[in-house]
Amino acid sequence: MMTHKAGEHAAIALTLDGTPVVEQAPTRMLLSDFLRQTCGKTEVHVGCEHGVCGACTVRVDGRPVRSCLMFAVQAAGHHVETVASLGTRDDLSMLQRQFHEHHALQCGFCTPGILSSAQAFLEEHPEPTEREVVEMLTGHLCRCTGYRAIIDAVLACARERKEGTS
Amino acid sequence: MKPARFDYYLPATLEEALATLSELGSDGKVLAGGQSLVPMLNMRIAQPAALIDINGLVDLDAITCEHGALRVGAMVRQATLERSGPALGQVPLLAQALPLVGHWQTRNRGTLCGSLAHADPSAELPLLLSVLNGSVEVHSSRGVRTVAARDLFVSFFTTSLEADELIVAAYLPIAPARRRYAFNEFAQRHGDFALVSVACAVEFDEQGMLAHLTLALGGAGEVPLVVEAADALGRLLDRELIAALAERASTACDPPSDHHASAAFRRQLVRTLTGRMLTALVPQEEAAAT
Ligand SMILES: Cc1cc2nc3c(=O)[nH]c(=O)nc-3n(C[C@@H](O)[C@H](O)[C@H](O)COP(=O)(O)OP(=O)(O)OC[C@H]3O[C@@H](n4cnc5c(N)ncnc54)[C@H](O)[C@@H]3O)c2cc1C
Ligand code: FES
Ligand code: FES
Repeated sequence: MMTHKAGEHAAIALTLDGTPVVEQAPTRMLLSDFLRQTCGKTEVHVGCEHGVCGACTVRVDGRPVRSCLMFAVQAAGHHVETVASLGTRDDLSMLQRQFHEHHALQCGFCTPGILSSAQAFLEEHPEPTEREVVEMLTGHLCRCTGYRAIIDAVLACARERKEGTS
Repeated sequence: MKPARFDYYLPATLEEALATLSELGSDGKVLAGGQSLVPMLNMRIAQPAALIDINGLVDLDAITCEHGALRVGAMVRQATLERSGPALGQVPLLAQALPLVGHWQTRNRGTLCGSLAHADPSAELPLLLSVLNGSVEVHSSRGVRTVAARDLFVSFFTTSLEADELIVAAYLPIAPARRRYAFNEFAQRHGDFALVSVACAVEFDEQGMLAHLTLALGGAGEVPLVVEAADALGRLLDRELIAALAERASTACDPPSDHHASAAFRRQLVRTLTGRMLTALVPQEEAAAT
């Protein structure tokens, strides 16, 4: 059985955005803080730290989860993907480009979490209905856009992906 | 908003987990999906000396059929159940209740058994276990016991589990062929905890009379409340009976008053939701006749 005493630093080996990483963290360190402070992934945003706002959402083994409700030690051995795995400023992913084109962000605070969810969502629902997109988005708070543009961007991305594959 | 320090244990086997639980007693807390516990740790509502993370117990991530019930292991995530076609076929009420539990993102971590152990009076899954008359399989280093839903939930956030006990699986009875189910709730926003929820299981005989009725309420007291309805059996589920049952449900419950809603409003919701739910279950021929 693996055991770490309070205050002790545990060595955590994980795959982060496709790259193997080994870092140290105390047991009580949240995955969100570990990603930001230890791994420098400040694109992971932190809003509420109790699972409500969705800003900290990242994909763990492909599935979107709250990084503020996991401990860094629990990510050991897993694949963690932040929004940085989608694309770069000069080479936006299809989803990021659709967000840009639809004006689906203003301040951008909620955006990394929403992109992380939406990416996994589209992989699971290649032809989503608007209702399904809205349900997925209930797990995210956005104080700027009013959501309409986000819904349109996700639906547009689904259409573009479909055209690309047919 | 950062948790206090704790010792972290990651047992690799059930035996190790049970030995650790019995050694630590009330100093140790089980960590399953973390979707209820970690917010409480972050807010320091809970400050356990140690966490026993059961995410390493891969054997507990299994859904099987045993003794006429769906056996859902302690590490089966809510989202896994939601995607399991056979599970939803055998326990159709899951398909209605699971989408109401938080959000897709929280269901990707949260477990069925964790929700039962947490025993939030407004949570959907304790209500589901109660209306199905299900049970949980509880292990400790002292042995194994089965606890029925009615004996599990004791009070607000309190179960009859001892500090050294672990829920290893939940048993959800497989739906008999003619049984139909409904789940209905009122929440201020989708994904929020419901102000109140109602659920029922019904069966009609060949004559269209009620052959089975279990009616249960969530968020309407300290624990899920099963409403006495034996006198409805053998009767037609007509408008009069529905109104009487809705009225009985609203007076049987003891909902709290808080900043979200008054007790009176919650009672009114129980009456309305119960009425709507039962009306939707009336067999079509009778609905046409009345
Ligand atoms: C934003 C948000 C919205 C939510 N909305 C809802 C909602 O609408 N309805 C709802 O019902 N829930 C809701 N939840 C909570 C739900 O997501 C949790 O999954 C559930 O309540 C607990 O399951 P868990 O596996 O996450 O348990 P944990 O958080 O890991 O544990 C909860 C408690 O149960 C104990 N425990 C866990 N597993 C076991 C076990 N096998 N044996 C013994 N004890 C155990 C733990 O020690 C702890 O005390 C919400 C959560 C969030 C973050
Ligand atoms: S910071 Fe994690 S959900 Fe808000
Ligand atoms: S863009 Fe500002 S919160 Fe969503």
